[in-house]
Amino acid sequence: MVKLRVNGQEQSFDGDPSMPLLWYLRDELGLTGTKYGCGAALCGACTVHIDGEAARACITAVSDVGGRSVITIEGLDPQGNHPVQKAWRALNVPQCGYCQAGQIMQAAALLASNKNPSEDEINSAMSGNICRCGCYQRITAAIKAAATGA
Amino acid sequence: MRALNANLENVSRRGFLKGLLATGGLVVAAEFVPARGALAAYATGAAKMTGGVVSDPHVFIAIDPSGLVTIVAHRAEMGTGSRTSLPMAVADELEADWSRVKVVQSPGDEQKYGNQNTDGSRSMRHFIQPMRQCGAAMRQMLETAAAQRWNVNVAEVQAQNHEIIHKPSGRKLGYGDLAAAAGALPTPPADQIKLKDEAQFRYLGKGNVQIVDLFDITTGRAVYGIDIELPGLKYAVIARPPVMGGKLASYDAAAAMKVPGVEKIVVIEGTPPPSKFQPVGGVAVVARNTWAALKGRDALIVHWDDGPHASYDSAAYRAQLEETSRKPGKVVRNEGDADKALSEAAKTITAEYYIPHLPHATMEPPSATARVANGKCEAWAATQSPGTTRTELADKLGLKPEDVTVNVTLLGGGFGRKSKPDYVLEAALLSRETGGAPVKVVWTREDDLHNDYLHTVSAERIEAGLDAQGRVVAWRHRSVAPTIRATFVPDPKFEQPGEISQGLIDVPFAIANLRCEVGEAEAHTRIGWFRSVSNIPHAFAVQSFVAELARAAQRDPKDMLIELLGPARKVQPPAEYTNYGDPLETYPIDRARLRRVVELAADKAEWGKKLPPRHGQGIAVHRCFLSYVATVVEVAVDEKGGLSVPRVDTAIDCGFAANPERIYSQIEGAAVMGLSLAKYGEISFKNGRVEQNNFDGFQVARIDESPPITHVWVVPNSIDVPSSGVGEPGLPPFAPALCNAIFAATGRRIRRLPIGDQLAT
Repeated sequence: MVKLRVNGQEQSFDGDPSMPLLWYLRDELGLTGTKYGCGAALCGACTVHIDGEAARACITAVSDVGGRSVITIEGLDPQGNHPVQKAWRALNVPQCGYCQAGQIMQAAALLASNKNPSEDEINSAMSGNICRCGCYQRITAAIKAAATGA
Repeated sequence: MRALNANLENVSRRGFLKGLLATGGLVVAAEFVPARGALAAYATGAAKMTGGVVSDPHVFIAIDPSGLVTIVAHRAEMGTGSRTSLPMAVADELEADWSRVKVVQSPGDEQKYGNQNTDGSRSMRHFIQPMRQCGAAMRQMLETAAAQRWNVNVAEVQAQNHEIIHKPSGRKLGYGDLAAAAGALPTPPADQIKLKDEAQFRYLGKGNVQIVDLFDITTGRAVYGIDIELPGLKYAVIARPPVMGGKLASYDAAAAMKVPGVEKIVVIEGTPPPSKFQPVGGVAVVARNTWAALKGRDALIVHWDDGPHASYDSAAYRAQLEETSRKPGKVVRNEGDADKALSEAAKTITAEYYIPHLPHATMEPPSATARVANGKCEAWAATQSPGTTRTELADKLGLKPEDVTVNVTLLGGGFGRKSKPDYVLEAALLSRETGGAPVKVVWTREDDLHNDYLHTVSAERIEAGLDAQGRVVAWRHRSVAPTIRATFVPDPKFEQPGEISQGLIDVPFAIANLRCEVGEAEAHTRIGWFRSVSNIPHAFAVQSFVAELARAAQRDPKDMLIELLGPARKVQPPAEYTNYGDPLETYPIDRARLRRVVELAADKAEWGKKLPPRHGQGIAVHRCFLSYVATVVEVAVDEKGGLSVPRVDTAIDCGFAANPERIYSQIEGAAVMGLSLAKYGEISFKNGRVEQNNFDGFQVARIDESPPITHVWVVPNSIDVPSSGVGEPGLPPFAPALCNAIFAATGRRIRRLPIGDQLAT
């Protein structure tokens, strides 16, 4: 039995403890905002926060998050108005939108630890998140906007 | 809302799915026969497509008593914005307040909604007119209903911002008050529908409407194909044959069945090549969750009979394509006498280019859910082709189309992959074999790369002759590539008319002696449409070669390009030319428009400006899906061969720019995808199997290497200039512009994609 917190709620899971957090969130809890993209921590689509830090849910076993707190895109802000989410909308970042939850979670973790990141710091923090539509320039702009409250 | 660093250039200054429509309160959605053959100011090829065109507001618009306007989006949304832009065209003509508009996605039903095949950059191009007519017709019905209510002449009333106003008295009625009466009226005949003047547009051409899914995307609520959750849902993954045409020889599922959560093993019968949209077959593991299915598949022991394509080897195949390109091929365009002119030229230049297979690698791999029970099938799928998916499901299951429902989710990328519904058929077969439980099929990234419908692989060879003054007097282009048709018919041998019409036989240059040929090539894997299709290899070769000619003639590459485009005339292509299925009268090959985007991109990029050492600019132009795109790329190549792209300027002429904001985003994205394919894009085969597995072996451009800014310059056009493609045309010019810039920076000419380590020193 693994006990953890997901978006502030206590959860317990008595299934396969080696199940990646990604599939636990999606298939067991119905939190489908966290996306599958590669299953190997190569694309960032499954990015969530574990105890406040960005992590790839696809390579994190449920057993590894026992006693820890997981925040997903659904729990980033109760109204969906985290500064990063607002900036994303203000700058019309998404195209297909599939990778965006992962991008937003990665960006939110960056800003939580670095209130005013440089372009190099943004590139460094975000380079693990692939966007096949190619929204990168707007992602950079949105992170800057969220940082400055613009 | 404007995108960053993107502008409508003023050239004159300088040159769900939970029950759809017809639910409670929607009073307009009555049973009416769709009005086909909508009036069009200009002709398009839309009517020739399956389902043709429907523009009846009774099909597309519902207004409830509160005034909420529901508009049906009948095309799939994969990121281009069509799910927003087409309803926006309806809303504009309807004079609706966008904040009181709700967009719902239609299921697959081409009889009812018209063509839904969302590819070929056709959504705005084919449907801006019908959707405008649809909105205008509804507006006129509301006006008629108001005039009847007030017992006044309809000429005295006018729709304005979600209300009908009686002009003489100032009385007003909201759309909700008139919905029932308006909905009971017949649709006005096409010739009585009055479209707005351009000056009256609220949304069209403005870029002031945000995509309808923006909030849901940023909060994780948006529903993609992989996100479908249903009571009793089963999850499946499939072990598929690694070689095209391969068959299951034997398997042992004993260990797989011992994995907790695994419920059933199902053998899916494959269809031998050409397999069209059919599943390639394999062994499916059906489980209580995705993880159990994946573990179950890992535990399977499967042996394949690989069949005749087991020796497919990309290195050997490349040599074969190139060998073919060195011999005379089948002539597909011939003007003057290119052979003679080449033999008599003062100087001849020859170059060979190679462009490998490319995977779609949509961020959301193919995924679908289906439930087949009681003689009916309901599917939920990320599909570009809801209509085709419905008919394919009906055929496969032996059902009538009306017993098949295809619900269309958002697509996490499409790029042509999700035009082929093999994965939806897999889900349906598995549901049928699982007693009618809903089954979700998930493709892993490895599945996606190993069993894609790949972009073709091609060898392009161009020879040109220059006269003593450095003018191009002869051009012979041979293209050798396996055709997409090989996925549909046995052994078609040559590139087909639709493929050679993508930048080969429509080469726009004014050259007296011009010959295009194609060579035989056999397909050894499933070939399919990939964003911009054959334009990629053809444009890469032609636009790289222009810069090579400029070098040979000691000319500026942009000047050379302008000279080759010649006088501002329309190109008369050969009879085989298909023009993307649309009439040449509406969408000519216009050299003046090609030239204009070249000049615009060059001007904005400050072409020829002084650059730091090891920096260079490159330019390329291409007409693709009826739009004109020129790109100037600036690169910097460091001493070790490290490549960066500090700036991109792209000019696009896509006719009337219906939703500029989404045009900017498509072009910005095309630069990133263009960089990906140029730098890394390759799927290669060894022993018939794909060598790449995931985003490690197959790389795409990431944020730290992508252009920090792509400046997008949209040529302004009035509503009278037919809207043309946007989703695809941005891609083809990028790679040649990039490689031309690399040459300018380093003197190294890249003729083989991807660039890979070719710049390493």
